[in-house]
Amino acid sequence: MSIALMKDDLAVVFGEDVAFGGVFRCTMGLAEEFGRERVFNTPLTEQGIAGFGIGLASMGHTAIAEIQFADYIFPAFDQIVNEAAKHRFRSGSQFDVGSLTIRCPTMSVGHGGLYHSQSPEGFFLGASGLKVVIPRSPIQAKGLLLGAIRDPNPVIFMEPKILYRSAVEQVPMDDYEIPLGKAETLTRGSDLTVLTWGTPVYHCETALHMLSSPPESLAKHIPASVRSAKVELIDLRTILPWDVETVTESVRRTGRLVIVHEASRTGGVGGEIAAEIQNRCFLKLNAPVKRVTGWDTPVPMQYEKFYIPDALRILDAMVETLNY
Amino acid sequence: MASLARLSTRLPRKLPLGARALQTSADSTTLTEDASHSKPFTVKLHEDSFQSHRTDTPSLEVEVSKDELLGMYKTMTTMRRMEMAADALYKQKLIRGFCHLAIGQEAVSVGLEAGITPDDRVITAYRCHPFAVLRGGTIKGVIGELLGRQCGMSHGKGGSMHIFTKSFFGGNGIVGAQVPVGAGIAFAQKYLERPVATYAMYGDGASNQGQVFEAFNMAKLWDLPCVFVCENNKYGMGTSAERSSSNTEYYTRGDKIPGIQANGMDIIAVKQAVKYTRDWVTSGKGPILLEFVTYRYGGHSMSDPGTTYRTREEIQRMRSTQDPIRGLQRYIEEWGLATEEDLKKFDKEAKAEVDHAVEEAKASPVPLEKDLWTDIYYKGTEPPYMRGREREEIHYY
Repeated sequence: MSIALMKDDLAVVFGEDVAFGGVFRCTMGLAEEFGRERVFNTPLTEQGIAGFGIGLASMGHTAIAEIQFADYIFPAFDQIVNEAAKHRFRSGSQFDVGSLTIRCPTMSVGHGGLYHSQSPEGFFLGASGLKVVIPRSPIQAKGLLLGAIRDPNPVIFMEPKILYRSAVEQVPMDDYEIPLGKAETLTRGSDLTVLTWGTPVYHCETALHMLSSPPESLAKHIPASVRSAKVELIDLRTILPWDVETVTESVRRTGRLVIVHEASRTGGVGGEIAAEIQNRCFLKLNAPVKRVTGWDTPVPMQYEKFYIPDALRILDAMVETLNY
Repeated sequence: MASLARLSTRLPRKLPLGARALQTSADSTTLTEDASHSKPFTVKLHEDSFQSHRTDTPSLEVEVSKDELLGMYKTMTTMRRMEMAADALYKQKLIRGFCHLAIGQEAVSVGLEAGITPDDRVITAYRCHPFAVLRGGTIKGVIGELLGRQCGMSHGKGGSMHIFTKSFFGGNGIVGAQVPVGAGIAFAQKYLERPVATYAMYGDGASNQGQVFEAFNMAKLWDLPCVFVCENNKYGMGTSAERSSSNTEYYTRGDKIPGIQANGMDIIAVKQAVKYTRDWVTSGKGPILLEFVTYRYGGHSMSDPGTTYRTREEIQRMRSTQDPIRGLQRYIEEWGLATEEDLKKFDKEAKAEVDHAVEEAKASPVPLEKDLWTDIYYKGTEPPYMRGREREEIHYY
């Protein structure tokens, strides 16, 4: 954000408490560096923030808004879906809000419960005109955020909140962008594709490791035949529009797909991807597309760790899919 | 006509005992000097043309000129003709979908345009057709858009409510959604240090939306150069203001934001109120509310006959006693600026202009099938493909 503010005089950052760093300290020091005219607090007004950002962006400003938690994006849903997403189409390209980026912390935090641990990315799937991005690490976050800010379409940028504290990387100081709409293959494989985004990327990596070298307590559940399976792990990164080509190409090679996301299963992004992949890869599939997701309940405070798809559930799904 | 309005026993709104009613007749302005044909002259608005909240009322003495008044007459007449043409095209089933007409409210759009500059910004809601023309669009462009033709101002892809120009940020189909957007526009103007104003318009119905108050708060907090304009036509869809709003004095609803209530049927009062509010926001005093008390003759939309929640007599009385065009006509004739014949000639010209634009718009083709896929994402950043109307119809970018 500092780079965006430095290189673009029309860039402004605003949201609840962002002037003194925000609840997750993402905007620390920005107000001091760039002034309170460009980095400022808003009232607790999500719908207003979104609408305000849309107005600002339609004047050509680079509007970088923050909704304090993705859980609070619902009051702004109307502005985002009905205004931001449709602005370009309904004006025949005379107006657009392409320079609008809405950042919001998403996914579980371990103890967030109903209103601080949700993953609402799936609700935006039907909003053509919008892009939805979820990074998995600090390096990814910087590159994708700069990509999102400069992308000429409105972008919802959801940052997995548990990673604010747990993910550590040496992030290059330079200005760099990671293109939107492109998934990244993290490990190559030939027997099974695991597709995920955000926090569960790490649970998937753990599960992959458990599969090839299971700890003793699990060994009896992991047949020797699947331990040598070569699993391909893909981070989808952009949820809307999602990278169909990369996933299709992968599943055509592996014949198996497990999708992992934290949002609940019904109406989740996994359902959309599963439907599209079985449509495109029907004759190549050796097993049904498997989804490992949150349950169809609100995120429970006390049982959050049972709600989110952890490494064990992912491992179980991989074994089942490989043995199908 | 004005005298008829004053005879009316029904007050336009419920008033506490002793309070004075806002004057809402269209022809209560009087000359203070002889009207001149060549140079501007001063007229005096009715003393109850404005009410104010936390501020003074605008001056009642207004300088006008013959050319300006005749120009307003022509424009109002043309706008009404355009809306009547849209009404007819809708009834012929050539315009489909939603369509909201501003017949009866012409003094607001034309008067607003008269009081602002091309650099000011306007954003409004449903009744947006006149603004689109006044802010740099064309009648053909508006009618074409309503018809869904390529010559439409959004290339036939937006339809009614979605018409834009460089300084007009459109109508809007979501009740109240344009108000915080207007606050954002005003912020950009302030950021760029431009001495201009944003007029964010909404109706008495939308005034009860939560986000309208969110926008008020932000605008006052940051002293944005934004005029929040409530076009109070007395009915939010089919519910009267008194039945929907605990406080129908819409100009007082901005909390610490001052407000002006103005007679929205007398175009001279409209222009005066617009100038006052423009001066207010461009001099750095922060936002201001501006309520125009006006009236729509038709229903809320084309599917609403507009007579189930108010009487035909009420509409007829408004038409015959408070019509903004007839009011201005009376000024022009009484002050000797033009004769009835001159004005009839204007009426004919307006009709011919609109008829011509309608024919041109009708001749324009509908958008091409390939246009369905454009303007969704910025060119070159689209997803690889998008699904179409049928299973087999998939568009690859």
